[in-house]
Amino acid sequence: MTEPVKNTLLFVAVASLILLSGFTQSWNSAILILNMGLISAIMAIGVNLQWGFAGLFNVGVMGFVALGGLAVVLVSTPPTPGAWVAGGYGVILSLVLGAATVVAAVVTARKLPKGRVQTLTIVAILIVGFFIYRAVFDPNVAAIEAIDPAVAGNIGGLNLPVLIAWPAGGLLAAGAAWLIGKTALGLRSDYLAIATLGIAEIVIAVMKNEDWLARGVKNVYGIPRPAPVVGYEVELQADPGFIARAEWLGLDPVTASTLSVKLGYSLLFTIVLLVLLWMAQMALKSPWGRMMRAIRDNEVAAEAMGKDVTRRHLQIFVLGSAICGIAGAMMTTLDGQLTPGTYNPLRFTFLVWVMVIVGGSGNNFGAVLGAFLIWFLWVQVEPIGLWLMNLITSGMPEGSALKAHLIESAAHMRLFTMGLILLIVLRFSPRGLIPEK
Amino acid sequence: MDFLNALVALSNFVLVPAIAYGSQLALGALGVTLIYGILRFSNFAHGDTMAFGAMIAVLVTWGLQAAGVSFGPLPTALLALPFAILGCIVLVLVTDRLVYRFYREQKAKPVILVIVSMGVMFIMNGIVRFIIGPDDQRFSDGARFIVSARDFKAMTGLREGLAIKTSQGITVVVAVVAVVLLFWFLNKTRTGKSMRAYSDNEDLALLSGINPERVVMITWIIVAALATTAGVLYGLDKSFKPFVYFQLLLPIFASAIVGGLGNPLGAIAGGFIIAFSEVTITYAWKKVLTYLAPESLEPSGLVQFLSTDYKFAVSFAILLIVLLFKPTGLFKGKAV
Repeated sequence: MTEPVKNTLLFVAVASLILLSGFTQSWNSAILILNMGLISAIMAIGVNLQWGFAGLFNVGVMGFVALGGLAVVLVSTPPTPGAWVAGGYGVILSLVLGAATVVAAVVTARKLPKGRVQTLTIVAILIVGFFIYRAVFDPNVAAIEAIDPAVAGNIGGLNLPVLIAWPAGGLLAAGAAWLIGKTALGLRSDYLAIATLGIAEIVIAVMKNEDWLARGVKNVYGIPRPAPVVGYEVELQADPGFIARAEWLGLDPVTASTLSVKLGYSLLFTIVLLVLLWMAQMALKSPWGRMMRAIRDNEVAAEAMGKDVTRRHLQIFVLGSAICGIAGAMMTTLDGQLTPGTYNPLRFTFLVWVMVIVGGSGNNFGAVLGAFLIWFLWVQVEPIGLWLMNLITSGMPEGSALKAHLIESAAHMRLFTMGLILLIVLRFSPRGLIPEK
Repeated sequence: MDFLNALVALSNFVLVPAIAYGSQLALGALGVTLIYGILRFSNFAHGDTMAFGAMIAVLVTWGLQAAGVSFGPLPTALLALPFAILGCIVLVLVTDRLVYRFYREQKAKPVILVIVSMGVMFIMNGIVRFIIGPDDQRFSDGARFIVSARDFKAMTGLREGLAIKTSQGITVVVAVVAVVLLFWFLNKTRTGKSMRAYSDNEDLALLSGINPERVVMITWIIVAALATTAGVLYGLDKSFKPFVYFQLLLPIFASAIVGGLGNPLGAIAGGFIIAFSEVTITYAWKKVLTYLAPESLEPSGLVQFLSTDYKFAVSFAILLIVLLFKPTGLFKGKAV
């Protein structure tokens, strides 16, 4: 079997798995798997760019995904009336002051000769700067959060179309990645891992606690949809043309409208995925991609050939994180809400890693395949586990505590299964389902 | 008098909790640093190893409580600790045999081992949730306080009370015992010396006839004991919740790296540095300052530098600063 045939068959197999769940469960859930699979595939391309191309160990995917979601709120929701006047400008001013403090400290560190004077000056700048920052920041934040706290209490967004928020999410994530990369990329691989893990937790902590930004754990609801493509169920159900088409397909209008909305998202996500996949493929084949892989395989040799390793690493780190940010923005758009409490590193960082490794690190198509497959399993392991547990416990007496416990715990089979798949692939097929060429 | 009150308030809210938390972090960081020194990778599954050990302790404690066994004023969990350590040792040895040994024989790159440990993390997390569920579990019993705030006030006549929880006292005592045992083992026994030799220079150690598999096994046993102890102490002090142990990974790694990965002494220092900074920076200083400052200068706000939710940010910031200025950590660690 030649390689293209094998790869096509693998994709067909995963597609038929999703189709199968459409036939046996419901089309609604099948399209949901497809949509999240598409988003996961984009995240996997981002991680594959960093790990597969350049060997960068980024376990802060969750942070970039969350930043993408934050961008959606900041770009596409309507602004809260009066919030900017009440404290928005003040908050911006305080953030500028805070940044100025850090810059001043860095400049002092560079300009002054090393020694006690330098340390003391830096500490003094940081402390004074911190108190000035807090003095400006706190009252303004309080003013914003006082505006209609039950439904708003944040500064709101720019009221732009939500599609603009997707690249904005990428930009926001890229900016954060640049800051992290500047400080952490010179370090060893496991230090980068710990640093990114920490950054992701901090991003989530900021999003949970800074209520003025995106309402924190009070969540933001009703994020506008990319309406021209997707539409709203209620409008579709009122449209006589749509009802006629639904009847022609033999569906009732309510089901048809939910399916149509979801398919609209699928269409948009597929376009984004294809564009990014094409770009990633082009990058892989280009001289730039070859250079990246050369750096990955032997940093010392690449450096001896005159390649600026740290700079290239920074470049690809920013690019990969931006892709994760775009995926995060798309996911928040699909959900229609931003819920910082639901971001969990196991789901948003480590699961993406499982996708990339199972699919085949270094191969874009592998990453995409892995994303669909693992996402499908992530969704389906729970019902399968429940079924399995019912089977195992069918011989046990009714009402036994063990039986109840086993059936109740079936939901936790997910993590176990994902770990098992990861370990099995790493052991027996370490290059993944579609290996790098 | 005001000065004494300030001192007591400081001890009550900052020093005592930070010492207890620091001991827990130090024990966790010792495990991470030993794995790094001997097996040469950052073990992402360490938090979940702690959770697994603590889970067995919880289950055994419940069993003992049901059987009517108690340890007087001390928590029953201390009686369960040896069983939990045994269970955890079995788990890590089986894991090593099934998973890590293969990669050791292949001489895989450290980063591959880190990814493998990610898989192990998933599995252990799954097992723990499967057995005990994802919810909070309480298993502490016995006397709640060594010194309660009210007794302290009655005793000294000060306005501020000093409360020392039993769990905090036990944490410190157990941690000191564990650390003394560990250092005695590493410095005085033949096996401990062979472990240090292996950590310093693998090839030389092999040439001197040290059996690497034995060194690795002993390391895992020690790590399991440390992780379980840390997990049980943390669970007694706060409460047992599987996800919290996963989140402890970050401060534990920060402690180990700040101290210098692979250096046991550094891990302990790192644990206390991280714990003290987390507590001092997220503590509202108003109370202490009110006692110290003259009335006209009394602070109006809480004088809290960061809200408690940002404690991760604190350990992370310290980690970054140390890495930028002293990449091998405060105590010289390894840099592979």
